[in-house]
Amino acid sequence: MDVSIPVLAAGIAATSAPLIFAALGEALTEKGGVINLSLDGTILLSAMTGFAAASATGSVWPGFAAAAATGMAVALVLSVIGIWLGQSQVAVGFALTFLCRDLAYFLGTSYSRTPGPQQLAAPVPLLSKLPLVGPIFFNHSLIVYASFLLIPLLWYFMYHTRQGLILRSVGENPEGCWARGIRPRLTQTIYTLAGGALVGIGGAAFSLAIKPGWGRPQGCEGIGWIALALVIFGGWHPLRVALGAYIFGLLQISGILLQDIFPTLPSQIFQVAPFPLMIFTLVIIHFSRNRQDRWFSRLMALLSGSPPRALGRSHQQE
Amino acid sequence: MIELRDIHKYFGSVKALQGVSLKVEAGSIHGVVGENGAGKSTLMKVLTGYIARTSGSLLFSGKEVEIQTPRDGTSLGIGMLYQEPLDFLQLSVLDNFMAGAADFQRKKMKKKLLALANRFGFTLHPDSPLYWLTVGERQQLELLRLIHANIRVLILDEPTTGISGEQQDLLFGALRSLKEEGCAIILVSHKLAEIEALCDRLTILRRGKTVAEQEQPFDRNSVLTAMFGEFSDQPPPDQNSTVITAGKKKKLVSFHEVCSSTGRSGLDAVSTDLYEGEVVGLAGLDGSGQSVFLKICADLLPHTGSVERFNHQHSTSSDQGDKQAVFLPADRLSEGLIASLSIREHLLLADNTPLFMLPATGREEAQQAIETYNILGQPGTAAGDLSGGNQQRLLLSLIPAKARLILMENPTRGLDVRSGNWTWHHLREQLPEDGAIIFASPDLEEIMEQASRVIVFFDGRIILDRPVDETDLDEISRAITGQVNSECQIEK
Repeated sequence: MDVSIPVLAAGIAATSAPLIFAALGEALTEKGGVINLSLDGTILLSAMTGFAAASATGSVWPGFAAAAATGMAVALVLSVIGIWLGQSQVAVGFALTFLCRDLAYFLGTSYSRTPGPQQLAAPVPLLSKLPLVGPIFFNHSLIVYASFLLIPLLWYFMYHTRQGLILRSVGENPEGCWARGIRPRLTQTIYTLAGGALVGIGGAAFSLAIKPGWGRPQGCEGIGWIALALVIFGGWHPLRVALGAYIFGLLQISGILLQDIFPTLPSQIFQVAPFPLMIFTLVIIHFSRNRQDRWFSRLMALLSGSPPRALGRSHQQE
Repeated sequence: MIELRDIHKYFGSVKALQGVSLKVEAGSIHGVVGENGAGKSTLMKVLTGYIARTSGSLLFSGKEVEIQTPRDGTSLGIGMLYQEPLDFLQLSVLDNFMAGAADFQRKKMKKKLLALANRFGFTLHPDSPLYWLTVGERQQLELLRLIHANIRVLILDEPTTGISGEQQDLLFGALRSLKEEGCAIILVSHKLAEIEALCDRLTILRRGKTVAEQEQPFDRNSVLTAMFGEFSDQPPPDQNSTVITAGKKKKLVSFHEVCSSTGRSGLDAVSTDLYEGEVVGLAGLDGSGQSVFLKICADLLPHTGSVERFNHQHSTSSDQGDKQAVFLPADRLSEGLIASLSIREHLLLADNTPLFMLPATGREEAQQAIETYNILGQPGTAAGDLSGGNQQRLLLSLIPAKARLILMENPTRGLDVRSGNWTWHHLREQLPEDGAIIFASPDLEEIMEQASRVIVFFDGRIILDRPVDETDLDEISRAITGQVNSECQIEK
């Protein structure tokens, strides 16, 4: 099989796009101190609603809107119970994961394996003709371009705006924010909903662009857990989370390629390879913490981040 | 300027405040004192809106105002320095300064922060992460943030807890200049000395009620009576009588060229000996090495150099050594106790824990400990629900009987005079003759009163080491800031 670097890079950029939306959405939610564990179910449910809405209207845009709304609806349930009623966000998130998954398969039966609209590649005029850069960055569907834009946007928002600072403060110490006249629960709710919408768009990115169509299995199962792991892997920093998503994309694609090179190995090995590799990376980060080697330990310090201190703990007014 | 009338606050069935009134004029400093649990902090949180009051009214500049949330409080210009700084440890100093502020121009805010810090003599680096700062520096930052927000009423809840003498002087200077500018300042404190030094008026709370008010000059005796009621059932503060100081006896702990890189300044080639029968007070600015020294004594931190405990080079942490040395940390709930475990469970955990625990297991022992140690609680009360003084008593009850080396950080932190005296009285009674107490305290008077020997740390080194009766407050305070006369160099 003929593999060129631009084709490979373009493939990574495209397959990682839904994961970028999901992982960055979760990073946004967790930065505010709320943990939304329902990701895997939310992605599946919004992939289904997105596909259904797109099929019904014949256009992908209502599909993306419906998927975002689905993600927000799930996040709203979590917000009410996990933030305002102060119940365990982990327990609610888990329950929602399985509820959404079953709901998606049940409600989506009539759309199973039916043809529907999908977002096709839309090369950017002129830019896509550039050597090397053109095929990598400028020959994709719109949702992939959007995933490129989302990364710097979210980073800028978190670290260079007033609202971004408030978001990080709430995730660190909601009581401190309350004392300063900020409403921690309202802030958390807003960003949980916003994060949920991004996760929903990630779901639709699967069913309307990357793995078009609906069925059981859809092919995006398990991605929610990866996104959750990537947020930790990326140290709650949007740029590093995105980097992690691309590394995961690279592993997935190289799995497909290696399968062609080593046809005797069972294909399952390549499918599950990214997971142990991710654990392996975390182990390396751990053991490099106390190394004398300056350069290496600094590199590793860059890779490991601290969680928001109030993660998973909701603020209760006295 | 601001007036509270007949404030009530109930937490469920607990009546924290039962009709407190307070009036504070602009351009004055008003002290609020009272025993632990008298309702001081609750009253202040009601004033800022951090907690909503049950009933009563608030008047601001003569007009009735509604303060239900801190948002209402900040919009009126009411700001508070909380006892435990409510800030964001993982954010930078500048981010902490800006969080929640209306202005978001980093360069401009950085300039403002530096200008304000300069004006009050604080040294703060805007780009450092907050976790590098001491409690005192975090408090300075909070103060600057409030000043930048143009507050007109400033509330301070135990502001001198855990900060150094130098930081305290800077803080008091800042408060006096804010007072000149017409700010109304409320100072909540245990320490009568600082109330006397700063305040124009004084309100005394007892069990959720206003019991007395005074104008400067205050009458110390009547203030104390109002705070604690009658003074009779309490043993007088102990002097050094119970501990033999004469003639240095056998070595208990011996440090030789011990270095460590943990903490703010680490330890830099520290050599000293601690003897049986000593009560050693460790002084120094926040993070000058006292806490690291204590933790190395307790075998809790890695280090280089040699530490001999109980006359044998300590190799692997022998069980014997562990039971003989006990460490009581400053942050009781995060390092000393387990908030959700009950008194009974703490005692079971500390002693030989049985394999199976029935509801009655250890209940009697717990009841006995509660009586001996005068803990306000039941065997089933969770440690987190106890007040500060009772948590300290629970910690004391967990000290094994054969403990010879008691290591403590701020033993009377957050305790009122009565609980503090009780703690010391008890420690001295329990200490075996061949034992020693080593404690670090930011309160020099406590060291002068309780210790037989004082060791002053400066920048990770021992700068002064003397018996208490051969030195004085003046010398110690100078040593803390790094100034020693040539003849009182380190004894070896």
